[in-house]
Amino acid sequence: MSAVIECRDLRKTYPGKVKVEAVRGLSLEIQAGECFGLLGPNGAGKTTTIEILEGLLEPTSGHVTILDLSWKSQAREIREQIGISLQETRLSEKLTVRETINLFASFYRAPRPAEEVLTALQLNEKADAQVGDLSGGQKQRLAVATALVASPRILFLDEPTTGLDPQSRRQLWDIIRTFQQGGGTVLLTTHYMDEAERLCDRIAIVDHGQIIAEGSPAELIAKLGGHHVVEFALSGDFDGDNAAWQSLPGVESVRNDDGMVSLSVREPHRTIPALLERVDQHSAELEHLTTRQASLEDVFVNLTGRHLREE
Amino acid sequence: MSIAQQNPSPETFQKTPVTARRNGRSAGFRYLLRARMLELAREREVAFWIFVFPLLLALGLGFAFRNKPADKTTIAIVAGPEARNVLSLVQNSPEHASIHVEIVDEARAKDGLRLGKYDLLVEPLAPGQVQYDFDPARPESVLSHAEVDQALQSAAGRKDVVATRTFTSSEPGSRYIDFLIPGLLGMNLMNSGMWGIGFALVDMRQRKLLKRFVATPLRRGDFLLALASSRLILMVIEVCLLLGFGVLMFHIRVMGALLSILLIGAVGAIAFGGLGLLTASRARKIESVSGLINLVMMPMWIFSGVFFSYERFPGAVQPFIKALPLTALNDALRATILEGSTLASQSGRLLVLGLWGGISFFLALRWFRWT
Repeated sequence: MSAVIECRDLRKTYPGKVKVEAVRGLSLEIQAGECFGLLGPNGAGKTTTIEILEGLLEPTSGHVTILDLSWKSQAREIREQIGISLQETRLSEKLTVRETINLFASFYRAPRPAEEVLTALQLNEKADAQVGDLSGGQKQRLAVATALVASPRILFLDEPTTGLDPQSRRQLWDIIRTFQQGGGTVLLTTHYMDEAERLCDRIAIVDHGQIIAEGSPAELIAKLGGHHVVEFALSGDFDGDNAAWQSLPGVESVRNDDGMVSLSVREPHRTIPALLERVDQHSAELEHLTTRQASLEDVFVNLTGRHLREE
Repeated sequence: MSIAQQNPSPETFQKTPVTARRNGRSAGFRYLLRARMLELAREREVAFWIFVFPLLLALGLGFAFRNKPADKTTIAIVAGPEARNVLSLVQNSPEHASIHVEIVDEARAKDGLRLGKYDLLVEPLAPGQVQYDFDPARPESVLSHAEVDQALQSAAGRKDVVATRTFTSSEPGSRYIDFLIPGLLGMNLMNSGMWGIGFALVDMRQRKLLKRFVATPLRRGDFLLALASSRLILMVIEVCLLLGFGVLMFHIRVMGALLSILLIGAVGAIAFGGLGLLTASRARKIESVSGLINLVMMPMWIFSGVFFSYERFPGAVQPFIKALPLTALNDALRATILEGSTLASQSGRLLVLGLWGGISFFLALRWFRWT
């Protein structure tokens, strides 16, 4: 396998009164056939990164190759082989779905037949409806259709399911998986951890324009040290410090979020009895106790001390 | 409406072998042009502003200024011992039909003059002696003075020393509507060029559609060419519609060749398309480009002789007025439509248009924000 998307030490600084460093030294290598996710909160620099890789933004410095081609000299060659869905493109409302797909098909030397794309994206029933009459999910599928009609080798999707209902999200996930099963490479950005966890083979967690962790979802969760999270809150005066909880058996790391304590643990069945005993010793009262599988959200919180959805 | 019949079900679709499509060099251009025309055809407001609005304007103005009888002038004779004599002189003059006379006291007469009720005051001073009172800055007062003086003098027995004949004309070719239609045509080409290119581009930029197009292998030149071509197609319809309307409704005589008119229209459409492109080159929001477009067009509405001749402006500003693209377009259209001038005789004006279009296009491409 060889890398189809590669970038080295990417930087993007927006000039102005207050210089904004949107991307600060970001390197990626994405292999053919992979589904790769850039996961991070809003404003982390995901869109800037993907737009540089799509050749729509010029990086301030750094090096990009797509399919071993360079944007500087072989832009058209790259464009023929990639499909792009931007964040919130409003396509012409007065054109029908079929007309829109045919229009985008006409830009490529060897596009996929429009009928095939309509079927693949479950847009057959709406083929002759005007874009203005589509639902949000249908519009988003049409946006992906305009990318897939290129018969691309790489699919770039910027926040493909933001604002969609659960059913539309699952439909889009199926479409992306089908594309990947056909041998395609996918690069997507998202701030939904469940989307990244279910869809992506590998993930880079992006924060403040840098990659702070990279790996498969399972690897990233494993790096937390424990696959389980025990969360609890205590009432009463007792306020154990983090070190106290860390000393419980099987605890890998501790976080305290305004009185809500989360423990990353390897074996909950060893940790929980010890925890209950400790609580009892101090005659405190448990207000809340849950255990769950660790998620990418925990990875992010552990790395940054913030939640993904925080503004 | 009939969505069902056009849609093959997934099963039938799978049985139909689909031949892979291969696009030639011009496919993108052709599909974009087609899409643009379909969009315009489905957008009813666009059709109204481009096609119906100028016709309504022509209709309204054409009727407002059509075969208007000469205005009656209203004058006041200041009451006094001689007022009756002056009144009967005016009423017995050959011009009596176009003069409305009232005898009022001095205060009311002065008030009426000031408020515009009377064009002229006539104050009898002594038998055979009157004083005129009027504001020389008001054209109707100046006319009234000449007319009333002529009426009084001839009624009192003055003989004309020069024999004159007058010939009045309201034939097609010299009426206001004849002046108006080519001007409206020029203005319409300006409006639709500036909005059709400038507004459309910023709208696409705001909707990120421009960026989406740039993300495909579509050539930027093909994109602009498709936009320009859609303007030219609309231009032909605009010209034929407005000219045809003028001929049918107002019996305008088109003296020049239709092909020459269309060629001038094409040069004009491209010049204003270039200006539209320039105004749209940086703006990110529809609101900002709308202001810019109006700012560019406003001086031309006033100075370029759409509704009235620009000869009324002082001589010093004439060269600037003639350098405006709409002035060049209106003059070339008027010369061709009303006087049947040849295309070659309009080459100077076409050059002015070409320069505006060419320079705008060149600058626009340097500054244009595609993403």
